[in-house]
Amino acid sequence: MSVELTVNGRVEHLEVTPDTPLLWALRDHLALTGTKFGCGMSLCGACTVHVDGQPVRSCITPVAAVVGKQITTIEGLATPAGRAVQQAWVDLNVPQCGYCQSGQIMSAAALLASNPRPTDSDIDGAMAGNICRCATYVRIRQAIHQAAASLAPSDAG
Amino acid sequence: MDFRDIEPLTAFRRTAPASDMSRRQFVKLTTLAGAGLTLGLALPGCSPRSGGTANEGLVMPFVQIDPDDTVTVICKQLEAGQGVWTGLTAIVADELDAAWNQMRVIDAPAKVPTYGNLAFNPKGLIQGTGGSTSVANSWMQLRQAGATARAMLVAAAAKRWSAAPGSITVSNGVVSHQASGRSASFGALAADAAQVPVPEHVELKHPSQFTIIGRKHLPRLDARAKSEGRERYAIDVMLPGMMTAVVLRPRRFGAKVASFDATQAKAHPGVVDVVEIPSGVAVVGRDTWSAWKGRDLLKVNWDESGAEKRGTAQLLEYFRRLADGNDALTAVEHGDVDAALERAHRRIEADFEFPYLAHAPMETLTAVCRLSADHCEIWAGCQFQTIDQANAAKVTGLKPDQVDINTLAAGGTFGRRANFESDYIVEVAAIAKATGGRYPVRLIWTREDDIQHGRYRPLNLHRIAAGISPEGKVAFRQRVVGQSIMAGAPWGSPHGVDPSAVEGNAAEEYDLQAARVTWTDPKVGIPVLWWRSVGHSHMAFSKEVIIDELAEAAGKDPVAFRLELLGTHPRQAAALKLAAEKAGWDRPFPQGHGRGRGVAVHQSFNSVVAQVAEVTVSGNDITVDRVVCAVDCGIAVTPSVIEAQMQSGIGYGLSAALWGAITLTDGRVDQTNFDDYRVARINQMPKIEVYIVPSPNAPTGVGEPGTPPIAPAVANAVRAATGLRLRRLPFDLASARRERKT
Repeated sequence: MSVELTVNGRVEHLEVTPDTPLLWALRDHLALTGTKFGCGMSLCGACTVHVDGQPVRSCITPVAAVVGKQITTIEGLATPAGRAVQQAWVDLNVPQCGYCQSGQIMSAAALLASNPRPTDSDIDGAMAGNICRCATYVRIRQAIHQAAASLAPSDAG
Repeated sequence: MDFRDIEPLTAFRRTAPASDMSRRQFVKLTTLAGAGLTLGLALPGCSPRSGGTANEGLVMPFVQIDPDDTVTVICKQLEAGQGVWTGLTAIVADELDAAWNQMRVIDAPAKVPTYGNLAFNPKGLIQGTGGSTSVANSWMQLRQAGATARAMLVAAAAKRWSAAPGSITVSNGVVSHQASGRSASFGALAADAAQVPVPEHVELKHPSQFTIIGRKHLPRLDARAKSEGRERYAIDVMLPGMMTAVVLRPRRFGAKVASFDATQAKAHPGVVDVVEIPSGVAVVGRDTWSAWKGRDLLKVNWDESGAEKRGTAQLLEYFRRLADGNDALTAVEHGDVDAALERAHRRIEADFEFPYLAHAPMETLTAVCRLSADHCEIWAGCQFQTIDQANAAKVTGLKPDQVDINTLAAGGTFGRRANFESDYIVEVAAIAKATGGRYPVRLIWTREDDIQHGRYRPLNLHRIAAGISPEGKVAFRQRVVGQSIMAGAPWGSPHGVDPSAVEGNAAEEYDLQAARVTWTDPKVGIPVLWWRSVGHSHMAFSKEVIIDELAEAAGKDPVAFRLELLGTHPRQAAALKLAAEKAGWDRPFPQGHGRGRGVAVHQSFNSVVAQVAEVTVSGNDITVDRVVCAVDCGIAVTPSVIEAQMQSGIGYGLSAALWGAITLTDGRVDQTNFDDYRVARINQMPKIEVYIVPSPNAPTGVGEPGTPPIAPAVANAVRAATGLRLRRLPFDLASARRERKT
């Protein structure tokens, strides 16, 4: 069965059943392996992608549910907030094993897109669904604040 | 199949090939393939090596320098997040006087003794990562590797410029001769350097000369790729024609396949094969989803005659019976502990219980295997490369040298990927064998597989009697009941006390008047394994909680009391003082509102970590607000990584202290996924401050030592806040309150 998806701005035709989770369609059929499998039950956030700009757990989202929507993976993340988050992640040496970081970054980018100056409590609310077993949380928090600051209009400008 | 034409195989060959000749070819390959790097093939001054092709550069076991100025470190340790790619590369780069931005890293092939872990075996006969040994065992080896390459570059420059080697300097990736004003990059000298005889002796830097080692914020070599979704883990490997497998394993450990019916599974679209392997039945599909759906349709009858059928409650009852008995091995006997306890002024007796724990790395166990009649190739986050190689050879009927191991970044391990049976490697190789090597196969464990088929931190019971004399002398008697991990280790001690079962005991860590530590290895059919900090994960807890209670019994401050017992342990004393000072221990802590402050100090893997934890107890909930951590890990090679490892160890230990438990009912694991095997999330992470104790000593471990002190520091803080004694993990304030009433 052919399913048509729009991923990172490209229209893709996949031979998958409609119940196939978006995660496995992306990974196994489009070779977009930056999106990770962690739990398969929407418990850890490693599989987070954007659907029409909103963070979505791709491991429990059947492809049938996202036909006609704009799907963005870490490979296609190009928004100012996304870029700022990635740069802050690099600048602060956030990743350890790195496996969960695509999902962390997708969640953080979605947070900043809707809330340019999040408080610690806002960060907790937006990021608590993303597990990191290396517990990089201290630096994730710092990096989100740093990314937010980098996006803010400067005082001079 | 509609796999997109994906990146060529070389993209996954992060691992260097095993033979030198093929590595030279590999160097050329990677140089040619190196995205964004200027090809340096036309650089002047590079003469062809006799019998070889031009411009190959300098190739040595741990360092290679390419004509394009890239310096590549060959990393023998697994990068699982603990920062070895960056830390080991920093050691080479510093002695080489390279510029940090010219450094790259690749993973070593499975090859001993060249890439053996010198801490596991001094002759390097086992290649593997663990015990927080990566930097420590590589320290001199990689300094020498860097200094040797530097000396060869200097010799090549001296010859080219007809100058004395002593008049040549190297700095930031540039070789210079000041008198003549000449200079050259590493790449320009690399081919000539390759012709220089390898010097037998090289001078190493004095630590005061280090420029990269100790640099406050050294960028991690993997930060960019891991922030852009480009790092390749085993689960990301895609080979042409590759299939994906999942395995149905028995619900009880020790059960075996009696028979199975694959009719429905095979009828599911996309299912390619269903095969029996030693651990269960594998379902192979064209993609992950097909394989999973097929596994749901598989029917297996299990032979449970040899299976472990006891639950946690029965096992603990058995452990208590063992603790009551006399059948124990003596690990420590110092002074007359029984007499000292008789005479003790204050005396505490307590049982402590620690559950089985799953490692639960974010990347579940995953491996890829490609098998032919005379060759097997494995891609995985291998933690025991040569053991994995030997086990893969055994199951495929090949010789170890016919098995190539491609080590990839692991999405966490915490010990899980280092096991003597190579469980997941053997599974993928067995599936490849059972399917005749017709296609490359990728094995994926689901999270439920990971939680329910783990090799767990052993369930432990500690029975402790401790006393303090009127003069403040401490006697400590401890009975440990917990399964042996090392009994299965090729370098372990099958007879006598398993050192990892009692490591970090009170007699090792404090000046005691008398001590006895005994150990019993219960017979249980649940597989166990090292879990971040191994025996220290439980031994530190009971020790630090009892010491705190003794301080209270003696009416002394917990820090001051510990310092009295650390007279011959200056590193512990220094770390403890630093943590206490930074935490403001000498200032009164605001009482009330459920607030409390606690401390713990522990040495593990030759490093010392002290932590002060501040908590708020609300009802039966514990919030850890702040942790101040001091670490002495010798020379701080990469301070940013050390800080990260302390944060990580604290977060990992907190997960276990507050929620972590694998329990069994009738031999079946009760937990399944992150909903019932809870781990710390960002909203539960405390503020953490990390301070490094300055040290002139050789570096020691940082991957594990941050974990042991956090649970006892929190328990001691909770006791300060509530008076409750937490002696069972994970913490359960409701039951602690009930026990206080009885």
